[in-house]
Amino acid sequence: MSEQYILEVNNLTKDFPGVRALDNVDFKVRNGEIHCLVGENGAGKSTLMNVVSGVYPKGSYEGHVVFKGKETHYRSTKDSELDGLAIIHQELTLSPYLSIYENLFLGHMETKFGIINWDKCLKDSYPLLKRVGLNERPQTIVSKMSVGKQQLVEIARAISQKAELLIFDEPTSSLNDEESQKLLDLMREFRKEGITCVMISHKLDEVLSVADSITILRDGQSIVSFDLRDRKVTEQEIIKEMVGRELKNLFPQKEPDIGEVVFEVKDWNVYHPDYHTMKIIDNASFHVKKGEIVSFCGPMGAGRTEMMMSIFGKSYGYGATGEIFLKGRKVSFKNPKDAIEKGVGYVSEDRKSLGLILIQDVKTNITNSSLRRLARHGIIDKDLEVRKAEQYKETLQIKTPSLQQLVRNLSGGNQQKVVLSRCLLADPDIFIVDEPTRGIDVGAKFEIYSILNDMVKEGKSVIVVSSELAEAISMSDRIYVMNEGKIKGVLNRDEATQERIMHMALID
Amino acid sequence: MSNGVHIEQISFFGLAKQNMRKLSMFIMLGLILIVFAFLTGGVNLTPRNITNIFIQNSYILILAVGMVLVIIIGNIDLSVGSVVAFSGAISAMLYNTGMGLVPTLLLSLVIGGLIGCFQAFWIAYMRIPAFIVTLAGMLLFRGLTYIITNVSPISLRDDGFKQIASGSLNIKGFSIGGLDGLSLLIMVVVILLLVWFTLQQRRRKIRNGFTVLAFRFDVYKIVALSALVMFVFTRFAAYRGIPTVVLVLFLVTALFVFITNNTVLGRYIYAVGGNAKSAKLSGINAEQVTFITHVIMGVICGLSGLVFTAYMNSALPQAGDKFELDAIASCFIGGAAASGGIGTIIGAITGGLVMGAINNGMSLMNIGADWQYVVKASILLLAVFYDIWSRKKSGLG
Repeated sequence: MSEQYILEVNNLTKDFPGVRALDNVDFKVRNGEIHCLVGENGAGKSTLMNVVSGVYPKGSYEGHVVFKGKETHYRSTKDSELDGLAIIHQELTLSPYLSIYENLFLGHMETKFGIINWDKCLKDSYPLLKRVGLNERPQTIVSKMSVGKQQLVEIARAISQKAELLIFDEPTSSLNDEESQKLLDLMREFRKEGITCVMISHKLDEVLSVADSITILRDGQSIVSFDLRDRKVTEQEIIKEMVGRELKNLFPQKEPDIGEVVFEVKDWNVYHPDYHTMKIIDNASFHVKKGEIVSFCGPMGAGRTEMMMSIFGKSYGYGATGEIFLKGRKVSFKNPKDAIEKGVGYVSEDRKSLGLILIQDVKTNITNSSLRRLARHGIIDKDLEVRKAEQYKETLQIKTPSLQQLVRNLSGGNQQKVVLSRCLLADPDIFIVDEPTRGIDVGAKFEIYSILNDMVKEGKSVIVVSSELAEAISMSDRIYVMNEGKIKGVLNRDEATQERIMHMALID
Repeated sequence: MSNGVHIEQISFFGLAKQNMRKLSMFIMLGLILIVFAFLTGGVNLTPRNITNIFIQNSYILILAVGMVLVIIIGNIDLSVGSVVAFSGAISAMLYNTGMGLVPTLLLSLVIGGLIGCFQAFWIAYMRIPAFIVTLAGMLLFRGLTYIITNVSPISLRDDGFKQIASGSLNIKGFSIGGLDGLSLLIMVVVILLLVWFTLQQRRRKIRNGFTVLAFRFDVYKIVALSALVMFVFTRFAAYRGIPTVVLVLFLVTALFVFITNNTVLGRYIYAVGGNAKSAKLSGINAEQVTFITHVIMGVICGLSGLVFTAYMNSALPQAGDKFELDAIASCFIGGAAASGGIGTIIGAITGGLVMGAINNGMSLMNIGADWQYVVKASILLLAVFYDIWSRKKSGLG
């Protein structure tokens, strides 16, 4: 039985502090097939692959991983690579200023008495590049090539190590259509040669075009596996299994009181900060009304965060074009300071590295955006500062022993409330919150939703970027669906279902 | 606001343990002074010597005040020694044209500020690492100093300049029990201010409903600080009075303690140093804050150059050699973090005094510069090791 499967995962459970990322997962990959792994953001796909490839070493999880009939004992990815299992990560791991062939053999060069035989490396690189269909001189510096070509180098690197199982973590998320097709063709080639491939993907059309089997994960559990040799599966079926959780009453009630349009973005285009020809946001237009909560949904890499940050004072990207209207007047935001002064607030999805200053205390973090208003002639009114910080600590119920506590010692939910306080204290009319509930527990989530509801009650407008569809549907008045840098459509509260959103993002 | 006074229940030792990190550098300074008192038979604590420690280190201490701001923002400035030489030479040349002392002082500060602007421009707006810009500045301003001085010392036209460094504040004939009366008077004023500030702070905390320490701890604090002030000022009083340069140093320190604690600019410096990306998204103009910080460093170099020229009573082409290293070491001994965001003015001054006390003590023992380097190196390494170790232990780093 087990000869048939090259990889078998049984009863795998993996915990992170406070979260169960994988719960009793079973996952079986047959020898020589292309097996696709699909699921919503946060379903546990990447975690599963990280366990399999040894990123999380043996002992940090419960359950069994059997590769080529033997239980694995990987301490790092180096061990799994030696065993013939390679993973191509979403973020490329090449050394950008080295050439193709130097990257190909990095870490396992041909040496004699410790001296590298570069000539041999160079010679060996030609057949590898040919095999993955990369038409570049091996001496080309990696950073000068497109992302798609860099990915081919990674794949070449993996097969040079005699990989028998290749895992692709969302390989086409940063590729254009043509590059994606080439990559899928390459996977079909590998299948002919007997190399097994596992692909994590959000793009269902691609999944259905290459997959022999599909496994669906949801909330850290393996829901179902389809064997496409037995029967055909439709995109609808997959989506239904991906989202099919029941909605509990996790959200506060909200009575909408919606006014005229206060914030509008027209024909917004942004390019990648490093690759100036790569379009990240493609002609996006949207508007927000007074007292409205508007969500932006879509898979990872859809460009939601990038769009919001580029609007918020050009904090992301290169060569942004388009128009912004605030209360009917055309505005432009030079930098975040300008945006905040004109009444826009932004809460980053990455609260630790972009939202907070971890080595400072709660009070300082709350007041950092508003010091000018708490000061006279540049001298801070410290009493006023403390009173304001105290006031927000009370209203948002930040649980901290004192205002002097360093933020790094607070829990995720309370840290998030500190960031929210900072933005609220700056008194924005338009409040952009990016993944406001990521990594925090259910109780704190409810409190954060209530804070957002209170804001719109005061006549402000809230834009939420959310990867949790249930959250977006229950919280928002309208939902914009994005994918691949484009706004694919908009749904009203009463017409939005998880299936429709997924359908809009992935198929239409 | 007031809803009763919250008193934190803690024992003396518990409190000392909690504040060990903050107190450690003061304890280190005290220990060093005591060790050398034994080794030199008390010579290092004589009025004349205490006065000398301040005068001989004044220009480094002044530099350390600027350097700690640069370090808090996450940068470094290697050019300060050369800028000190350059601005010192120019101030000497200006003074020799017959210009008065005050205009010379102001012009030196302006020149320092302009140099600061030049370097700050490359660092803040052209995004060249401060290490590289100021390394270039170190070479550039040393070269320019050689050019304008023709590699020979510039003597000053009269002794007026010298008063800044080695002059003292005293009133002839006003003495109490053989001690200078003005110094004692100022000492009393300083102690009264100390008491007033401490009580004020306590009152503010109570008003805001913060927990405060039991009142006796404030008394201990006042007593300890007063004893320190009395020790230093009676030394000054028993020698020639308060050195002018100590007044300069005090004013600079007080100004920047205020700036770092109470102004928007000061808080922006800590915010940018703590996490530049997050500071930017909080609406802080990080480039501008970086720019201003390096300009301040330039102005301070101008002042230090003037003080050093006054101290040597001439402008030397080699002036300021390795000052940057002493200033940087002072900051790190004083608890600043190399990664930015952490550091205090008082810490940097204390760190500078630690270095100064070691130099001075070893010189009194007739130990040469060779061993002074070895000892200073060990102190720097150990102090920073202790800082990092204790931070890790208390979960801060």
